[in-house]
Amino acid sequence: MTKHKQIRIALRNCGVIDPQAIGEYIARDGYQALATCLTKMTPEEVIDQIKKSGLRGRGGGGFPTGLKFEITRKSVSDQKYVVCNADEGDPGAFMDRSILEGDPHSVIEAMAICGYCIGADKGLVYIRAEYPLAIERLKIALEQAREMGLLGKNIFNTGFSFDIELRYGAGAFVCGEETALIHSMEGLRGEPTFKPPFPSVSGYLGKPTNVNNVETFANIPVIINKGAGWFSAIGTEKSKGTKVFALAGKINNVGLIEVPMGTTLREVIYEIGGGIRNGKKFKAVQTGGPSGGCLTEKHLDTPIDYDNLIAAGSMMGSGGMIVMDEDNCMVAVAKFYLDFTVDESCGKCAPCRIGNKRLYELLDKITQGKATMEDISNLKNLCTVIRDASLCGLGQTSSNPVLSTLDNFYDEYIGHVVDHKCAAGQCKALMKYVVIDENCVGCTACARNCPVNAISGEKKQVHFIHQDICIKCGACYDRCKFNAIEIQ
Amino acid sequence: MTETIALIKSLADRYGRTRDALMPILQGVVEEERYLSDVAMTEIARELDIAAAEVYGTATFYSFLDTVPRGKYVIRVCKTITCDMHGKKRVIEKIEDLLKIKLGETTQDKKFTLLTTNCLGWCHKGPVMLINNTPYPDLNEDKVTEIIMEYIRK
Repeated sequence: MTKHKQIRIALRNCGVIDPQAIGEYIARDGYQALATCLTKMTPEEVIDQIKKSGLRGRGGGGFPTGLKFEITRKSVSDQKYVVCNADEGDPGAFMDRSILEGDPHSVIEAMAICGYCIGADKGLVYIRAEYPLAIERLKIALEQAREMGLLGKNIFNTGFSFDIELRYGAGAFVCGEETALIHSMEGLRGEPTFKPPFPSVSGYLGKPTNVNNVETFANIPVIINKGAGWFSAIGTEKSKGTKVFALAGKINNVGLIEVPMGTTLREVIYEIGGGIRNGKKFKAVQTGGPSGGCLTEKHLDTPIDYDNLIAAGSMMGSGGMIVMDEDNCMVAVAKFYLDFTVDESCGKCAPCRIGNKRLYELLDKITQGKATMEDISNLKNLCTVIRDASLCGLGQTSSNPVLSTLDNFYDEYIGHVVDHKCAAGQCKALMKYVVIDENCVGCTACARNCPVNAISGEKKQVHFIHQDICIKCGACYDRCKFNAIEIQ
Repeated sequence: MTETIALIKSLADRYGRTRDALMPILQGVVEEERYLSDVAMTEIARELDIAAAEVYGTATFYSFLDTVPRGKYVIRVCKTITCDMHGKKRVIEKIEDLLKIKLGETTQDKKFTLLTTNCLGWCHKGPVMLINNTPYPDLNEDKVTEIIMEYIRK
């Protein structure tokens, strides 16, 4: 695997140190940044460094982190909170889990720095129940940090106190949205509310709350140690530093990578990712999970950063990249994401609750080959209505997978509707198993294995599949040793 | 029933009786009893001095807070896109076949419940399932058989 394109900042310790030994973290400059901040810098100076570094939120929104710290600092209150959003739920993303499992102290240290900046003595990590190992590692790390006096009262004899509590999610994707996350911690249903007020002004229990994602926090100690200038020299004009991407799908090298902002998709997929599995042809890469869209061949040389991805009709999201090859039907992909959204919509606002369900039904109709051209125009309309009228980020972006596949793969939609064909051969309803007469030797293997007796033919005679009976299970295709059955 | 009441009291002693203690209490009950019974939910409401409807409303919002009885081992297979690409369907069919239950059901002896869930964050090693608190990545039909058989013997 080519490694030279990668720079590890957020992942600097993952796989290198024993996450359950605080000594190993400290040996690699761990808690050095916290010491520097507390003993040599004022909170304003720390915030200034983070602002100058150009760090933007890695959870997907891309809000400037230093600015968020500053706003929370300026909010006047007797109590403030630092919250780490570890409710990573995007299909395809697993960098937060890996950081928490591999380097939990980097997040703890950064949260304490954030507490110092904004004037909070309490931090909360909201972590999803689906990540039991990360929870375990965090618990151990917190205990060790307390024992060493790196959390608790009067840290480094500076009078600064800070401690962190864990809060667990319970399987609700929408809780990754910050207002929903806060409500969940308050013991309410995890439904989002309208912003403003932003959490920086009124968050957990109505107090100013600074919410940042795991990967964002993991960058902060390095920025303090190496300086804002070092950090901002990496990346593009408006997106500084590196981004962790999770490669998955039909690609040779799967797993996490960390590359400077501005790296092209081609470098990620072909040089680092080792190209498409089984020598197949690249079709698209889905970024940003259910809120993002597809990037295609024409985007391969676009430098990846927040703004370019949005211009290309997708978004950074938390950094999941699911690679699709020629066997993936893009309508089915869009349907897949909508199925996810329908599942995870909290149901509070009607455009998201009802609209996405209708969107899913339209896509289902298309993959069944039962849709008309009118359905396609309804699909487009509905997408824009849901986008414009939904309350939170989930609904506002849920139609992106549909809009971007409509944009980039319109002919596939038309293929399903007009020709009743799925070019990728993924949509079962549109598939047809047929016998290739020249290859069939009449061995009867297919007929014997067909669970619904849809295949007729005498021994040593060419067989025939009755389409009205066939349930498209593919058993005949799997059993035929003579390549005499094809999928149309 | 008395056990449930005692459990809830000890959880409330530990996490407090304010509204923000509700989630940890609900999670504590699920951890012990595998689901939230009507008795448990009304008792939590009494303990925190809020309406039972509020407890029910919060509990039913979250997919990990079950309000119907579940087995001793809850199997959650990831159903999202990359696990699907890599053969999640065959894994589920294999489990159904081994446990003689359908998706969403619990075995008669109350030992296993089979569910699907959204992304478990193992997209590079799919298909993956979670059995209670242990993730099992890189599944195929043989591997899942081995794992399930081990749990059956437990």
